Amino acid sequence: MTITEKILAAHSGKKELSPGELINAKADLILANDITAPLAITEFKKLGAKGVFDKDRVALIPDHFAPQKDIKAAEQCKMLRDFSREYDLGLYFEVGRMGVEHALLPEQGLVVPGDLIIGADSHTCTYGGLGAFATGVGSTDVASAMATGECWFKVPESMKLIYYGKLNKWVGGKDLILHAIGDIGVDGALYRAMEFTGETIGSLPMYARLTMCNMAIEAGGKNGIIAPDGITEQYVKGRARRQYKFYSSDKDSKYVEVKEYDCSKIPLTVSCPHLPSNTKPAAELSSITIDQVVVGSCTNGRIEDLREAAEVIKGKKVHPNVRMIVIPATQQIYLQAVKEGLAEIFVNAEAVFSTPTCGPCLGGHMGILAKGERALATTNRNFVGRMGHPESEVYLSNPAVAAAAAVMGRIAVPEEV
Amino acid sequence: MKLKGRAWKFGDNVDTDAIIPARYLNTSDPKELARHVMEDADKDFPSKVKAGDLLAAGANFGCGSSREHAPIAIKAAGLQAVVAKSFARIFYRNAFNIGLPIFESDDAPDKIKEGDELEIDADKGVIRNVTKNEEYAAKPIPPFMQELISAGGLIEWTKKRLKASQPPT
Ligand code: SF4
Repeated sequence: MTITEKILAAHSGKKELSPGELINAKADLILANDITAPLAITEFKKLGAKGVFDKDRVALIPDHFAPQKDIKAAEQCKMLRDFSREYDLGLYFEVGRMGVEHALLPEQGLVVPGDLIIGADSHTCTYGGLGAFATGVGSTDVASAMATGECWFKVPESMKLIYYGKLNKWVGGKDLILHAIGDIGVDGALYRAMEFTGETIGSLPMYARLTMCNMAIEAGGKNGIIAPDGITEQYVKGRARRQYKFYSSDKDSKYVEVKEYDCSKIPLTVSCPHLPSNTKPAAELSSITIDQVVVGSCTNGRIEDLREAAEVIKGKKVHPNVRMIVIPATQQIYLQAVKEGLAEIFVNAEAVFSTPTCGPCLGGHMGILAKGERALATTNRNFVGRMGHPESEVYLSNPAVAAAAAVMGRIAVPEEV
Repeated sequence: MKLKGRAWKFGDNVDTDAIIPARYLNTSDPKELARHVMEDADKDFPSKVKAGDLLAAGANFGCGSSREHAPIAIKAAGLQAVVAKSFARIFYRNAFNIGLPIFESDDAPDKIKEGDELEIDADKGVIRNVTKNEEYAAKPIPPFMQELISAGGLIEWTKKRLKASQPPT
């Protein structure tokens, strides 16, 4: 069995299972945010359940429109707070303690290797980077699971993506995943588990693994997953708040498709509007001028991402035609960035350094695009209207390329700065 | 289950931001969501769509976010069902969970033109194009999904399970 099949089997009390099977499995953690939790809460109340299945395994995180951007958003967020108080939830994160959910939960050791996690947010697949099975579901799924602790799944077929060879300078997890999505398309992994392996993945640091698994959904994947190893151990040690377990795929596991990528041939990659699969080498896009740069999100808002952007922009100024918005994904990252002097580097470069929020990533607030404006962002989606006006445009890249673009006023590679 | 209505036509990879843009997600009121359904794919759609209409689209319908607001907006706008080549997986489960009928068909999406009259026989898995006098096969709905639909969605299904697991008082 594959790692995905093993984790699903362990959580549904089965010894064996195979793709296509419908199962009911136990969840180790269930999460929802200020957009999806209100619907889940409304549905949950219809169930007539006495309480949630486990007070310490339901995480409610207001991050999308928080800090509350308007009255409606405030009312949505209040539903989370009221519900958490009513049911005495242990994992509610108020503004000041919250962060972008998929950066916050791994950082706090609340998701661990071997877990089965569902979240009413499509990027729940991020935790695959730790060797967990994690997938996005809907609000009604969460409502039902909050009562029962279980969720239905169709066991996915697995596809294997093998990465080998040395990474080029500045190329990271974001480029590896954008390159794959460009290769297989936005439905290239539809309903499938995407298992990332190979020597390059084996030496990839945790933040980059999380970035890769984060975007499995952009290829239609049910989950992304990387077998845990020494790097995983290092990351979870002293952080994990629960027992964890390392699973790995058997040698004779079955895959519907195997892809191989020579990393030495993967360039700094940018997704052009309006699909993540519309990828081009960054170096070929130097004629594309930019109005806004966003560094942040659950994809690339971790401390290492900020370090990369800061390294490129240090001592430089944001181009006069550009506004640059830097958003650390959690409070801890924010504080760390202040301590390390990264915040100072960004502010000196005349960028905005924001409190944690999803903000502009989904066109919520804190940097919305006007008609005709163009952004380069380290986020994960560039659909029509994703960051604002339906006639605005979003390009996606890694943090170093984003910082280079902020300085140059157009898409650029770090060497040009 | 038999459905009858006029079809609206969309292409491949219709994403959840096109179905219901995030700027409207500070509410989950179905009526308000319906007012903006498919707005970023066709800005006049909310005013053109009529109760009882059907939606036909290409591959990977509903890709992107997990927002249940997407199938809710479609349902609240009065659209009876969606026919597509394939559905993004979270949209697929959300649709069944909230009771929006969806049908996967390999050939129907290419053949259906906007405005065609369709008749869908869910039990037989047949989509009839009345305007063109053609028939297309829909993929069978897995037994568990049928169970969800006949229970009236996931909440009703879970309610039954919760009752069954509680000792009688
Ligand atoms: S940062 Fe963007 S992609 Fe990530 S959870 Fe927030 S809105 Fe979703």
